[in-house]
Order: sequence, then C-alpha cells, then structure tokens
Amino acid sequence: MKMLDIEQLTKYFNRGTPSEVVALDHVSLAMEEKEFLVIIGSNGSGKTTLLNLIAGNHFADAGSLSIQNIDVTSQPDYARSKWIARVFQDPLKGTAPDLSILENFRLASLRTKSKSLRTGINQLFRKRVQELVSVLNLGLENKLDTLVGKLSGGQRQALTLLMATMDQPKLLLLDEPTAALDPRSSAVVMELANRIITVQQLTAILVTHNLKQALDYGSRLIMMDSGQIKRDFQQIEKSTLQLADMQQWFYESAAV
Amino acid sequence: MGFGIYISLRIFNIPDITTDGSYTLGAAVTASLLTQGIALPLVVLIVMGAGALAGACTGIIHTRFKIQPLLAGILVMTSLYSVNLNIMGRSNLPLLGVENAAGMFRFLPSIQTQWLLLLLVIIIFLVAFLSWFLKTDFGVSMRATGNSELMVRALGVNTQNMKVIGLAMANALTSVSGFLVCQFQQFSDINMGIGIVIFGLGSVMMGEAFISILKAPSILKRLLGVVLGCVVFRLIVAVALDLGINPNWLKAVTAVIVLLVVGIPNLKKSSI
Ligand SMILES: Nc1ncnc2c1ncn2[C@@H]1O[C@H](COP(=O)(O)OP(=O)(O)OP(=O)(O)O)[C@@H](O)[C@H]1O
Ligand SMILES: [Mg+2]
Repeated sequence: MKMLDIEQLTKYFNRGTPSEVVALDHVSLAMEEKEFLVIIGSNGSGKTTLLNLIAGNHFADAGSLSIQNIDVTSQPDYARSKWIARVFQDPLKGTAPDLSILENFRLASLRTKSKSLRTGINQLFRKRVQELVSVLNLGLENKLDTLVGKLSGGQRQALTLLMATMDQPKLLLLDEPTAALDPRSSAVVMELANRIITVQQLTAILVTHNLKQALDYGSRLIMMDSGQIKRDFQQIEKSTLQLADMQQWFYESAAV
Repeated sequence: MGFGIYISLRIFNIPDITTDGSYTLGAAVTASLLTQGIALPLVVLIVMGAGALAGACTGIIHTRFKIQPLLAGILVMTSLYSVNLNIMGRSNLPLLGVENAAGMFRFLPSIQTQWLLLLLVIIIFLVAFLSWFLKTDFGVSMRATGNSELMVRALGVNTQNMKVIGLAMANALTSVSGFLVCQFQQFSDINMGIGIVIFGLGSVMMGEAFISILKAPSILKRLLGVVLGCVVFRLIVAVALDLGINPNWLKAVTAVIVLLVVGIPNLKKSSI
C-alpha cells in the first residue's frame, strides 16, 4: 500500500495579483511505507509549501493527495493529524511556551485521540515522559514542570521531535529540524531522529539544506526547484552520490 | 468576571470586548426575570446560557467570518446593547423587594456578611472548578490554543471550535458577575457594562504581576493571583476615589491604572 500519493499538486500564492507565485507546480510524488525521503532544494523552491500541503495547513489549488489510499485533499490539518506528526522549521512553533514540558507531551500523546475531560497527567504519564526525555541527555527529565518558553530553541526542537514520535505516527514530517541548532545539538537531534525512524520503521520526510545530512540519512532523495521535483534518486543511486555533485545542482538551478 | 477575562485573554490571547455587553446582559436578564418572579437557581442558569451564547457569537464571527477578534467583540457588544435594552424594557430596572442570592445566608447578621460569604463560596467554587478543568486534557488543549495555534492544530485540535467554546465559557462567567452585581446594587442599568473589560484586564494583569514572582506557578496559584488582582485593583480604584477624585472620572482613572500596570514594566525593559 502506498503511504502517500500526490498527483499533480499545485499551489499558488496571491493568485491573480502581480505578486503571484507558483509555489508548487503540478507535483506528483508517491511514497511507499517505511520510506525515508530527503528533500533538498534552494530557498523558495517549495519544500515547506509541499509539507504544508501534505499536513493540510494550506489547501491545494489543483491536484489530489491521499494517505494510505484515503483521499485527504479537502481535509483540514487537525483531521490529518490522525496520520501525520510534524516538526516545524521554526523551533518555536512546535511547542506551547506557556505550558509545562509535561503538558506539551500530554497534548502530543493525544494527537490521534480525543481531548476529553480527564486529567491525563498522572504519575504513570510523568514516568513515561521522564524516560523519553532522558534520552536527550539535556537534563530536562528533572524539569518536567518547567514552562517550555523558558527553554532554548534547540531544547525545544529536540522536545518537539520526541513529542512527534511518541506514538508512532504513520507519516513524520521534518522541516529543517536542525537548522536552528548548534552543531552539537544538531548532530544529537539528527541522530535521534534517524534512530527513531529506523527503530519504529516510520515513513518520514526530511527537508534539509545540509547536504551532508542528505547524503548520510534517508532511503530516497529528491531535489526541488521552482515548485517542481527536478531530481529523484532511489536508495541505490543515492548511495553513489557525492557531495560535489549535489553542490553542482544548486549552481545549475541558480544559473537557469 | 476576572476569570472570564482570564480565559479569553491568557488562553486565547484576545482581549474580549464582548465582556462589556455580556456583563450587562447578565444583569439585564437577572433583573427582568427576578421581577417576574422566576426562581433564583433557574435565573442563574438562564444568565449563564445567555452569556455563553453571546460569547459563542463572538467566537463564531471571529472564526467563521475571519473577522478580527477585537472587531468581532465590538460587533456583538454593540448589538447586545439593543438586546439588553429590549430585555429590560427600559434603560434602568430596579430590583427592590426581590429576594436575592445572598438571602441564602439569611442566618448571618448583616447584609454585608451575607454577601461576603456568598462571594467567598462562589470564588472557592470557581477556583476549584477552573483549576480542575484547566488541567484536564481538554483544558490543556484549550490553554495551548491561544499559545501555539499551529501546534495544537497539528496535534488534532479544531482550534476554531475551541475558541468558540472558550469564549462561551468566558462570557458565561462574565454574565454571572453581572447577575451578582445587579442584585448587590439592586438595579440593572443599560450602561453598567461600559469599560468593564478594562477593569477585568487590569485585574488579570495585576494578578499576573504578582504571580510572575513565582518561578513555575501552578494553575491554582495563577487563579488565586487573578482573585488577588481583582481585589487589589478594586482597592486601588477605591483609594483613588477616596483621595477625592471626582467619580465622573472613574473610568478614566481605571484606564490610567491599567496603563500603569501594563506599561511600566515595558518602559523599564526598553530602557535597558
Ligand atoms: N504564506 C505565503 N504567502 C505568499 N507566498 C508564500 C507563502 N509561503 C510561501 N510562499 C512563496 O512560495 C514559494 C515557496 O516557499 P517555501 O516556503 O515552500 O520555500 P522553501 O523551499 O521551504 O524555502 P526555504 O528553504 O527558504 O525554507 C516562495 O516563493 C515563497 O515566497
Ligand atoms: Mg522552508
């Protein structure tokens, strides 16, 4: 079964005005289960827009989109959360600053469930979060009642990743999860993401500008440019790619 | 009312102007029903229902018609003025000789102590209720809605419905305070709600200022902070009046106090 099936997806911004942009131009893309897709492409090439359309933040102007053979083209983001978990490009967006770490995790644990009038934060839940967070080695496991707004962007991004993966999402979307992090935290978060994806056998999409990451991780690589998919490499071809090749593509696309 | 504002402001990031109207609405409904001899418990329920409806209207205007919350509030507040006028039938409705809520505590010697006890009971009840509610899974999602909308949507919350429900709750609370005040002062007046939102804002912000000293305040402490804020704010206004400020300037004085409470910390920050 296909996990994700995108057909001729098109998205305009400011349509009909002088500042019209075609952010996505008839993009078709199919993903098998357990595929780990890496997307690269220059700024403004439509990577985030693609993820936003998959997650349902924007609706497509044309084309269709289905997840596990269910057509979700007209479903809003909160309905698609049944399948999709996200880590946003902006580390501040993935967590609620005025809620404690524990409360943020509680919400994340309810991604696919209803939010009822139960007090879901109990000792058992606290234990579970403690164990999850201790993996990060950031000392946060003893600060579960701290408001998330008091943490650094890197810490928040690491938490968002854990939150997104705590209940085995069908499809995990990572939009430059490490762009705002220092080299060390960046390596920690990326390693963790890779481990979770491999161990839990998740279907995942990673957007990155870090070409080394793009080489090291994932089972398939695509490159986007001007709202289109320009290159697509499956695992075997991907493993033969060199950093220099990829850098070359960026100069080529800029020259056009 | 402080709690109503607390919900709409902190939880949704929207200062909800509907408050001005739903406060009077609570009073108007109370006055007209009580003078018709309807029993108190029923009146409270109707008042809450009316307030909730007003809040829901603001919520729906904001979420469905994509109108800014401030404007949505103004629209509902303005139309409530007519609604209230029609409910009362005239601009001022006295409540003389009608049984009031504090009458429950008739065994206490004076009217003042009866009211004090009533308010105490209500406050304790509300604090207990809200501190439970805001910690439930639903309550946590509601608090997150004003905080990080994109995130809660990604976690499967329909934030539009959440806003409507939250505004309904907030305005139900506000109209209950109209219910109480109307009985306390023994009349309902079409203009009694003007500027009340500022009063509530001032109280909540004052409460937050107290609470911000604490490191990781629990919900309970925050709610108590709001109560404290309301009391202190009242006191400050009372003192201001005592100092001989003309009561005609009352609203301006409240506005200035809110400005001081909100603005001074910012002034300090920017000077660093
Ligand atoms: N909300 C919006 N309103 C108008 N235009 C938008 C909006 N979001 C994106 N765009 C435009 O759509 C195009 C694609 O943007 P997108 O954010 O998808 O790029 P990206 O590949 O994620 O870039 P980056 O690497 O900088 O994150 C850009 O031209 C951008 O200006
Ligand atoms: Mg982007």
